[in-house]
Amino acid sequence: MADAKFEALLRLGDNALILGHRVSEWCGHAPVLEEDIALANTALDLLGQTNLWLEYAGEVEGKGRSADDLAFLRDAWDFRNVLLVELPNGDFGQTIMRQYLFDQFNLLNLRALTESKDTRIAEIAEKAAKEAAYHVERSRGTVVGLGDGTQESHARMQEALNLLYPYALELFITDEVDDEMAEAGVFPDPKSLEDAYLVAVAATLQEATLDLPEAHFGHRGSGKDGRMHTEHLGHILTQMQWLQRAYPGQTW
Amino acid sequence: MSKEWPLWEIFIRGQHGLSHRHVGSLHAPDAETAIMNARDVYTRRNEGVSIWVVEARHITATAPGDKGPIFEPSESKIYRHPTFYDIPEDVGHM
Amino acid sequence: MYAQMVKSTGKGVKTLDEMEPEERAFQEKVDADIRIEPRDWMPEGYRKTLIRQIGQHAHSEIVGQLPEGNWITRAPTLERKMILLAKVQDEAGHGLYLYCAAETLGVSRDEMTEMLLSGKMKYSSIFNYPTLTWADIGAVGWLVDGAAIMNQVPLQRTSYGPYSRAMVRICKEESFHQRQGYDIMMKMAQGSEAQKRMAQDALNRFWYPSLMMFGPSDANSVHSEQSMAWKIKINSNDELRQKFVDQTVPQAEYLGLTVPDDTLAWNEDKGGYDFAEPDWDEFFDVLKGAGPVNHDRLEARRKAWDDGAWVREGLLAHAEKKRSAKVAAE
Repeated sequence: MADAKFEALLRLGDNALILGHRVSEWCGHAPVLEEDIALANTALDLLGQTNLWLEYAGEVEGKGRSADDLAFLRDAWDFRNVLLVELPNGDFGQTIMRQYLFDQFNLLNLRALTESKDTRIAEIAEKAAKEAAYHVERSRGTVVGLGDGTQESHARMQEALNLLYPYALELFITDEVDDEMAEAGVFPDPKSLEDAYLVAVAATLQEATLDLPEAHFGHRGSGKDGRMHTEHLGHILTQMQWLQRAYPGQTW
Repeated sequence: MSKEWPLWEIFIRGQHGLSHRHVGSLHAPDAETAIMNARDVYTRRNEGVSIWVVEARHITATAPGDKGPIFEPSESKIYRHPTFYDIPEDVGHM
Repeated sequence: MYAQMVKSTGKGVKTLDEMEPEERAFQEKVDADIRIEPRDWMPEGYRKTLIRQIGQHAHSEIVGQLPEGNWITRAPTLERKMILLAKVQDEAGHGLYLYCAAETLGVSRDEMTEMLLSGKMKYSSIFNYPTLTWADIGAVGWLVDGAAIMNQVPLQRTSYGPYSRAMVRICKEESFHQRQGYDIMMKMAQGSEAQKRMAQDALNRFWYPSLMMFGPSDANSVHSEQSMAWKIKINSNDELRQKFVDQTVPQAEYLGLTVPDDTLAWNEDKGGYDFAEPDWDEFFDVLKGAGPVNHDRLEARRKAWDDGAWVREGLLAHAEKKRSAKVAAE
């Protein structure tokens, strides 16, 4: 139980960490100042969630590891995030599409987690769900605006969707960890969120005049259990962990 | 050069019970986005409980040259202010 | 400062007697500390100088995002990452407030951006220096923001209403910036040998560029005199530089770091430090484009602007479609 809970918390924490890291790369480079500021807010929320999830993961593990230890001192195979969040930012459209596909899941997942039998998880989810609700509103609006905007913006968004949608489906594959946690009433079964997700996404895409591609997540192995990652993750870590690795054990 | 997003004036109610106050402006393609941008730009430090946005071109203002005719006449109506009246202390608070 | 080398377009300061009635009324308001508002009459030189000054200040904020943004993905802890991101985000906000203030003078943000990218408008020379180590992030917060605050606090009283209000907002937000920089420096200065070396190295590299931020001595500058008469410049460059040195030297001593100036000495008579001037040739070279990262900075801004064009156009096109659909339905 403790092992499964640790694993499940890492999945939440690592998704938030890696996506927060990716979104933070935009700071100073967004298409317009208002978007620059908004993206930074999203990244800040995600990094805040990371802190809460990983701190609790460390406590559940019981080996005295802090949120920082988990973020900065694990190697790629120990990360439990889905592949979607580690993909490069691409153009702004790809970033926003990835954000929407994740936000929509994150909101449903967090709302379900507010019902968790683990009160600590329920409390964190309560706070994070409010943030996620705003993220969805914002990323959804931008996906719609760009999908329905000009010919060029429409084409770019369709391309982003075609690339990213198969990755989004990884969010719904389940394994023993999910089963055990769902059984215990601590985490929702990802499969139980899928219908609501597909309905919401379909509505958004329709408004955005985008076509849902025929797709499934075809990779064998998933980031959720660390058996699969893209090569991008290692490069994220070489940046993110540089100081902690080059000057071990220092106070910053 | 492409067309610029319209300019919006942002009004925020800082605490319950107070009026909305002009805090600044920003650009947004439409009103909905202007609200979201205002949330992200002007309430990063927990400054607000309510946001109004108005497209800047919809605001009509007094002209600086009209200052005299518009505002000065009220200066002479000192009887509108409570301090104009002397009420004996014995009467108590009024 | 962020508005270093902004030349006012006035031709020397006129006396009230030499002015036409409109200009005289304007100057009397300025003298009486009454704010000038966008639709008030103002001399053309005042308007043009303000556009240049506020625009340069705004550009400095957004170009200033880059050297610090350079370390967001490498910040050493989750908390440091969040603090730095929030700080750099604030700078985007400050740029935004200032562009809006300049827009009230009849120039659009897009126009100002084009002028930045074409080199017609400048930004502060300080942002043409690279951030090489994590200690540089501390030094930038401590020294660069420290110098900026020194200039910005008096500008809250500047004569132009929208500019003054933007500065009030900026100063309120800015106070955490310098503190977080010093906080980083304290951790480094109290840390390992390597961290101490890093901190000293950062101070060595950022000391003189920070002194340059106030601009060359303006003792005899006609432009400064005019800007001061208009109250869009409140203190002289030398005054502010002296104040900065006097404030910063004890802070460096507290950290156990050495200011890289052999001539630095307390001068009892003037109640301040004597210190070495920065290399002004370097300053002018950097301003002209020869700094180590001038090219990278402008290139990053140009890329963001060019790559973002389809996004700005796309969202506007959608908004216009929605608007016409609404009109058609009514």
